[in-house]
Amino acid sequence: MLAAATEMTETVLSSGWFLENAWIIPIIPAISFALIIFFGKRMPKKGSEFGVASMLGALVFSAGAAYQWIQRVNGAAEGAYIAPIVKTWTWWQNDGVSLGIGQHVDGLTVTILLVVAFISSLVQIYSLEYLRGDRRYTHFFASLTLFSAGMLNMVVAENMIQLILGWEIMGLCSFMLIGHWWEEGANSRAALKAFFTTRTGDIGLLTGTAVLYFAANDWTTKTLGVSGFSIRGLSSWALSGDPSSAAITVGAVALFIAAIGKSGQFPLHTWLPDAMAGPTPVSSLLHSSTMVVAGVFLVARVYPVFFEGLDILGSGANFIVIIGGITIVIAALLAFVQTDIKKVLAYSTVSQLGYMMMGLGAGAWLPAVFHIFTHAFFKACLFLGAGSISHSSSHHSFEMKKDMGGLRKFMPITFTTWIISTLALCGVFPFSGFFSKDEIIDNVGHNGYNVFMIVGLTGAFLTAAYMTRATYLTFFGSPRGASAGEHHEEEGHGAHASHDDHAHDTHGHDAHASHDDHASHGPHESGWLITAPLIILATLALSSGFLNAAPFGHSWENFKKWVEPSAEVINPTGIAYVTGGAGEARISSDEPTEPVVGEEAQSGAPLAAASGEEDHSSEEGHHKSDCGTKTPVDGVCVAPQLNHAPFKWSKAGLSMLIVFAGMLSSWILCVQLYERKNKKLVGLTERNKALGAGYKFLVNKYYLDALYENVIVRSIAHPIARGAYWINQNILDGIVNGAGTSAKTVAGWVYRNVDQKLVDGAVNGSGNAAQAAGGALQPVQSGKVNMYGALLFGSAAIGALILVIINT
Amino acid sequence: MLSEHNWVLSVGTFLPLVGVIIMLFLPKADEALTKAVGIITAAATLAVGVFTLIQFDYGRAGEMQFVANHEWISVIKSSYFIGLDGISLPLYFLSMVITLLVMIYSWDHVPSPGNPKAFFILMLVLQTGMAGTFISRDLILFFVFFELVLLPMYFMIGVWGGENRQYASLKFFLYTMFGSALMLVAFLALFFKTGAESFSIPFLIENGLNISRTTQIWIFGGMFVGFAVKVPMFPFHTWLPDAHTQAPTQGSVILAAILLKLGTYGFVRIAIPILPEAAKAWAPYIGALAVIGIIYGALGCLAQTDMKRLIAFSSVAHMGYVMLGISTLTSFGMNAAMFGMVAHGLITGMLFFVAGSVKERYHTLEIKRLSGMLLQIPKLGWIMGFCAMASLGLPGLAGFWGEFPAILSAYQPADGLPVEVFRAYMVIAAIGTVFAAGYLLWLFQRTAFGEPTAEFSPGHGHDEDIHDVNKFEWLAWSPLLIAIVVFGVYPQLMFKVLDPAVGVTLKAFGG
Repeated sequence: MLAAATEMTETVLSSGWFLENAWIIPIIPAISFALIIFFGKRMPKKGSEFGVASMLGALVFSAGAAYQWIQRVNGAAEGAYIAPIVKTWTWWQNDGVSLGIGQHVDGLTVTILLVVAFISSLVQIYSLEYLRGDRRYTHFFASLTLFSAGMLNMVVAENMIQLILGWEIMGLCSFMLIGHWWEEGANSRAALKAFFTTRTGDIGLLTGTAVLYFAANDWTTKTLGVSGFSIRGLSSWALSGDPSSAAITVGAVALFIAAIGKSGQFPLHTWLPDAMAGPTPVSSLLHSSTMVVAGVFLVARVYPVFFEGLDILGSGANFIVIIGGITIVIAALLAFVQTDIKKVLAYSTVSQLGYMMMGLGAGAWLPAVFHIFTHAFFKACLFLGAGSISHSSSHHSFEMKKDMGGLRKFMPITFTTWIISTLALCGVFPFSGFFSKDEIIDNVGHNGYNVFMIVGLTGAFLTAAYMTRATYLTFFGSPRGASAGEHHEEEGHGAHASHDDHAHDTHGHDAHASHDDHASHGPHESGWLITAPLIILATLALSSGFLNAAPFGHSWENFKKWVEPSAEVINPTGIAYVTGGAGEARISSDEPTEPVVGEEAQSGAPLAAASGEEDHSSEEGHHKSDCGTKTPVDGVCVAPQLNHAPFKWSKAGLSMLIVFAGMLSSWILCVQLYERKNKKLVGLTERNKALGAGYKFLVNKYYLDALYENVIVRSIAHPIARGAYWINQNILDGIVNGAGTSAKTVAGWVYRNVDQKLVDGAVNGSGNAAQAAGGALQPVQSGKVNMYGALLFGSAAIGALILVIINT
Repeated sequence: MLSEHNWVLSVGTFLPLVGVIIMLFLPKADEALTKAVGIITAAATLAVGVFTLIQFDYGRAGEMQFVANHEWISVIKSSYFIGLDGISLPLYFLSMVITLLVMIYSWDHVPSPGNPKAFFILMLVLQTGMAGTFISRDLILFFVFFELVLLPMYFMIGVWGGENRQYASLKFFLYTMFGSALMLVAFLALFFKTGAESFSIPFLIENGLNISRTTQIWIFGGMFVGFAVKVPMFPFHTWLPDAHTQAPTQGSVILAAILLKLGTYGFVRIAIPILPEAAKAWAPYIGALAVIGIIYGALGCLAQTDMKRLIAFSSVAHMGYVMLGISTLTSFGMNAAMFGMVAHGLITGMLFFVAGSVKERYHTLEIKRLSGMLLQIPKLGWIMGFCAMASLGLPGLAGFWGEFPAILSAYQPADGLPVEVFRAYMVIAAIGTVFAAGYLLWLFQRTAFGEPTAEFSPGHGHDEDIHDVNKFEWLAWSPLLIAIVVFGVYPQLMFKVLDPAVGVTLKAFGG
C-alpha cells in the first residue's frame, strides 16, 4: 500500500478527496456499529458482514488518505512545512467558547489511521473463524467495530475533547470485549480492572486538558483563531514562549498520567496482563495497534506540550523517559515467569510500549512513532499466532508448560509467522523491529540519555531471552498435555495425567461451546481465515522496517520524510484555519520562511548520501531551526527541532550481539531446564533463598496488584466507604432524627409544663390552626406530621426572624 | 409582551388539573378509563409543551418569552407573573416528558396497594407544581408551586412506598418543609429590604443590589438552606436515600429527574442573580460542599448493598457536579450545570426505571442476590449497562457534557473567587469520576455479569416473573434512551438554548 506511493511526483503541494474527508473514516465503523446492534442478528452472517465491510471501507479510505498525504509531501520541497488538513464544525458552544469536531490530518494521523484500519480488518476476518458459533457473536462484532471507530476518531481528532471522546469509547469497548465471556467471574473482574485502571489515569486527562485549555486559550484565540483545545493550537502555543512553566508542566504531567494508565506504563500496567481474559482477537487488536497505543499517540500528538512542559532534551532525565525506562525492564522481567503464552506477549507489549515512551521522552519522536507502526504488525501477528495455537492445537489452553511443546511440526504456517514476528520483536536485522527499536535506543543515547540507552539495551537482551523461552516452550521440545492430545506414540505417562487434568478444567478462558468438537482432533494447522492474516502480518513484520531503513542512507528514510513534522517557523496566517470548506493545501507562502525552505532543499539531499558522520554535523549545523529552543519571533512553531542520531554499523552490531547473546543464553537454559531436566537448575529457586525470593517477587508481580486491590481499592470500597456511610447513618442522620426526637420531647415537656399550666388559653388559637392544617395528613401519619411541621416551621420562622432583626 | 401566545404557559401548567377534575368524577373501579384519561391529559400537556417549544424564539433565548403578568394577591403585592427563557425551557419541557413517560410506565406497573385513580391524580398535580415552579417570575408564586410539589410526593411515598415508607415520607416532608420555611423567611426579608414593593424577580434583581453585603449574605443563607435541602447538597442529603429507596418507581423517577432540579434551579434563577454579592461570598463554601458531596456520595454508593439505594446516593454525587458548576459563577460553569441537570434527569431517571423493573421481576434489589441478569433478561441488562455508562460520564452520552465542563469551569471561577481553592476542587471532582466508574461498573459487574444465583435460576419458581423488557417499558424508556444519545452526540442542541439565558442571569458578574 505504502510502497505504491513511493514514486516521486512533481506536483505542487497537493491535497485530495481522501485527505479532505478523512473525518469520514471513523464514521464508517460507527454507522456499522449501529447497523450491527439493530439488524445484526437478522443478517445471514449475524452482523459480522457489517463489521468486516466497514473495516475494509475504513482501510480503503485510510489508504487513500495516506497515498494523498505522501503525494502532498513528495510534491513539496524537502524539509518544508506541510500544513495539516484541518476541518472543523461547531459541536458545542458554551460561553462564547465554540468547540469544533473535525479532523486534523498530518503524517502521524495517516500513519496510525492506516495501521488501525489495517489491523482491525485482519482481526475481524480472523474473528470470523475464531469466534464462529460463539454465543455472543453479534455482540462481539458490534463491540469490535465500535472499538475501532473510537480509535479512529481519536486519531483524526481536531481537538482534545474529540480525542477524549475516542479515548473513552475505547475504554468502554475494552470493558465489553475483555469481559466478553462474562459468565466467568475472573473475566468480568478483568474487564472492570481494565476500565477502572485506565479511568484512574483519566483524572490526568481531564485535569490536564482543563489546565492547558485555560492556559493556552487566550494565546491560541488571538494568534491562530482556534480554541485552547485545538491540537494545533496547543502545539504552537507550547513552543511560543507564552506558557508559564507551571501551567505547561502541570498540564504535561497530568496528560502523561493519562497515558500511563492507557498505555500500561509502570505503575498502572497491571490491568494489561489481566486483560488477556478477553478473546484472543481482542488481545491482538487492543495490544498491538489500538487501546494501548492511545497513550503513546497522545504524547506524540501534542508532543510540543511535553517537550516544553517536561523539558525534554533539556536535562538528562524527565518524567516520561524515567517511566518508560522502568516499564521496559520491569515488564520484561515479568515475562520470564509467565506460563501463559498470552501473558508473555502482554508483558512484552508493556515493555515495548516502554520503548516508545522512552523514545518520546528522550526526543526520539520519529523512531517512537515508527515503532508504533512496526510493533503493530509483529505483535498482532504474535497474538493471532497464539490464538491459532489455542484454537487448533491446545484445547483453548494458553498454558505453554502444560499444553504446548513441539508444535512446529503440526503448525508450520503458524510457526513460521511466529518466528518472523519474534525476530522482528527482538530487533534482529533486517526484520522491522530492528529499524524502529534500534533507532530508539540509538537516539536516546545520542540525545544524552546515556543511562536510558543502557536500559534500552538491557531490555533488548531481556526481550530476546524471554521470547526465546516462549518459542522454545511452545514450538520445540516434546508435546505436552493437550498438544500431545491423540498422539499416543509420543505420549508418556506424565503427559497423559496432565491431559486428564486438563479435561477437568472448565476450558480455561477461551472456551466456547462450538469448539468442543476440536477436542477429538490432535494438534493441526488452523484454517485459512486464521492463517491468511498471519501470513500477511508476518510479511509486514519482515518488510515494514524498510520504510525507514536508516542504514541504507537518507533516501531510504521515507517514513521520516512523510511523517515527521517540520520544525520551521511559520507565519500564523500561513496555517489559516480552514472552516468547513475545502481544506487549503499550502506550503507557507509567506516570505519569512522561504529562504529557510530553500536552504533545506539545497543542503538536504546531497548531504543525505554522505556518511553518517557528515549527516550528523549537517544536522547540528544547517538544518537546525530554533523551534523548541528559542521563542519564535516572527510566527509560530508547530514542532520542536529534534536531532537524529547518525546510523552506525558499529552501534547496530553491538545491539545485535546483545540480542543474540540473549537468545543463546535463553536457549541453553531452556534446553537444560525443560528438556534435559538438569538437576542443578531444576528447582533452583526452591534451593537458593535469594533466587527464590526474586522469583516470588516476580510471580507476585512486584506485589503491585496486591497493593492496588487489597490495600487501596479494598480500603476505599470497604472501610472508608463503610465509614462514610456509618457517619451518614449515625451522625448526619442522627442529627436529623435526634432533632426530631428532641423536638418531640421538648414539645411534650412544653405541652405539659408550659402549655397546660401557663399559657393554655393564649396558644389555643394557634394550636387549633396547626391542627386544622395538619388534619389533611391525619389518615396517613396519625397526627404526628402536624406537630412536627408546626414545630419545625415555627422554630425556623423564629430563627429567621432573629436574622432579619439583627440585620436591620 | 413578547408574544401573542402568552396563554401557552398557563395552559401547559394547569391543563393537568383539568384532567384531575375529570378524573375525580370517574368511577374508581374502571381502572383502565382513569388511567387512559390520565395519560391523555399528560399527552395533551406535552402537546402544549411541544407547541411552546416550536413557538419559542431561539434567537432571543436570553429573554423571557410568553410573559403574562396579572394581579394576584395585591395585599402582599404578589402577582401572577410568568415567563420562560432558555434556562427554564429545558426543565419545563423535561417535566412534561417525564410525567407522561412515568404515566405510560404506570399502565401496568401500579404499585401496591393499587388505586390507580389516586395515583394518577397525584402525578398530575405534581406536574402542575413542577411546571409552575419553572415558569414563575414572582417569588410568592414560585413558593406556592414549590410547596405544591411536596404534598403529592409525600403521599406517593407514604402510601405506595416500600416497607419503611412512613418514616421516609415524613422525613422527606419535614426536611423539605424545614428548608422551605427558611427560604420563605429569606423571601420575606428580601421583600422588606427592597422597600416592600414587589415580589417580582426582575424587580428584585434590580433592587437587590442596594441591600448591604452583610444582609445579602444572611438572606442568601436562608435561601441556601431551602434550595440545598432540595438539591440535596451534603450535609442536607440524608432524606434522599430514604425517600428514593422507599418511594415507588414512579416517585423515584420524578424525584430524581425533576424535583431535585427545583433546588439547583432556585440557585440559578433566584438566589444568585438577586444577591450577587452574597453569591460571591458563599461560592467557595458551596463549591466545597459540592466536591465533598461528589466524593462522599460516591463513597456512600460503594457501601450500599441495595441497588436502588446505590442509585440514590449517586444522585448526591452527580448533583455535586451541578453545584460545582454553579458555584464557579461563570456562565461556562452555569451552562454545564444546567446541562448536567437535564442529563442527570434523563440518566438517573432511567436508572430508577430499571431498578423498578428489576425489583418487579426479582422482588429484591439486594446486589448480592442478583447476578447474571444479562443471561436471563439481556435487554434490561444491557439498558442498565448503557445507563451506567451514561451516568459515569462517558463522552458521546449526555452525562459527559454536564460533568466535564463543570470540572473544567472550576479551573477558572469568576473574578474575585479564590482560584487556587477552585482548582483544588477541580482535581477532587476529577477524582470523583473514577469513583463513579467504580461504583457503577461494580454494580453492573455484580448484577449483570456472571450466572444467575441459585434462587433465581430457572425452575425455582421465579420463571414467570422474570421476563425481558415489555412494551410499556419500551414505550416509556425509548424517548429517554434516545435523548441520552442525542444530547450526548450533539450537545449544542441544548447549549445554544441555555447559553444566552445564562449570560443574562450572570450580568451582575460582568459575564
